[in-house]
Amino acid sequence: MADQHITLSVFRYRPGDDVDPVFQDYQVPYHDDWVVLDALNWIKESVDGTLAYRWSCRMGVCGSCGMMVNGKPLLSCAAFLRDYYPEPIRVEPLTNFPVERDLIITLDGFLEKLKSVKPWVIRDDVNGTDSEFLQTPAQLSRFKQYSMCINCMLCYAACPVVGLEPKFVGPAALALGLRYNLDSRDHGNAERQSVLGSDEGAMSCTFVGECTTVCPKNVDPAGAVQQEKVASVNDWYASVLMPWGRR
Amino acid sequence: MRKPYWREISSTWYLSSWPYRWFMVREMTSVFIGAYLVLLVMWLFRLAAGAQSFEQMLVAMRSPLSVVFHAIVLAAALYHSITWFNLTPKVMPVRIGEERLPDPLVAIGMGYLPWVVLSALVVWGVLR
Repeated sequence: MADQHITLSVFRYRPGDDVDPVFQDYQVPYHDDWVVLDALNWIKESVDGTLAYRWSCRMGVCGSCGMMVNGKPLLSCAAFLRDYYPEPIRVEPLTNFPVERDLIITLDGFLEKLKSVKPWVIRDDVNGTDSEFLQTPAQLSRFKQYSMCINCMLCYAACPVVGLEPKFVGPAALALGLRYNLDSRDHGNAERQSVLGSDEGAMSCTFVGECTTVCPKNVDPAGAVQQEKVASVNDWYASVLMPWGRR
Repeated sequence: MRKPYWREISSTWYLSSWPYRWFMVREMTSVFIGAYLVLLVMWLFRLAAGAQSFEQMLVAMRSPLSVVFHAIVLAAALYHSITWFNLTPKVMPVRIGEERLPDPLVAIGMGYLPWVVLSALVVWGVLR
């Protein structure tokens, strides 16, 4: 097994040196229990220490190692070489993001979008902070699925709207907004509506549905965004029919 | 020094994978359904213009071109309806206590069952 090899064709971009990115091929020893991340680590340790990529837990929890593997957004720690062998594997940084260097994407825009949905519990009562906010399992079950997101950004790479409309808040952030809106302890629904219900919010989504397909944590951001659309429409009707109501 | 590289999105991005292609097919169904609605409005005008005008259109609708058009519209409407029914559980999940009702059950209850009932009513209305 050890004398078998597989080719990794890796996207390289070295700011300052490369004007445009290039693909560099590496011959990597093939092991059927290796994942793409193992192959990249082997390259970095044995062949080319300049290769840059993000990773941390190598077990599908941290969400750092998302890459395009043969054109599909995947966690490279979960993409087994055996699923591609003996064909070569093309490794690129996640699409729809600027590339900082090699396989490392720029996170700034994503983090801004994430922050814009106010992903924390907002309370009307200021002095509630020193008390516990109790929640039943049924109340927890309403949003638990949407709280499983690991911010791996695979859904942003899978979503054509993210690429075409750079201001689109995007699947993960919108799903996280819904997660807090559905939380029985939270009062921030109206506050988040200005983002979730805006033109750059849920309504920009055309329901391609690929965000849900690629999600490694079964968060179903596509479903979350559609539910936000329904909520936004209800909200709009309520504001037209009952302008004297809240907000 | 930071110098992020921006990759262009191909103008044919929707051809790059099967899920994208099927998405575009779904979007395109609206063109045919829209065209059919225009045809329905034309029927109404013919109806208002009297029996002879209506009969003329009825004859015109028997042309092979019209039959092909109607077959395409039917296929488009079926594709759109079925994919939409299958997506309904995502848009409107139904919860009972801590459990979420299984997706197929929601799709049947909110989509397929009303569809069959309404279609049966229409068929009954036409054939009786």
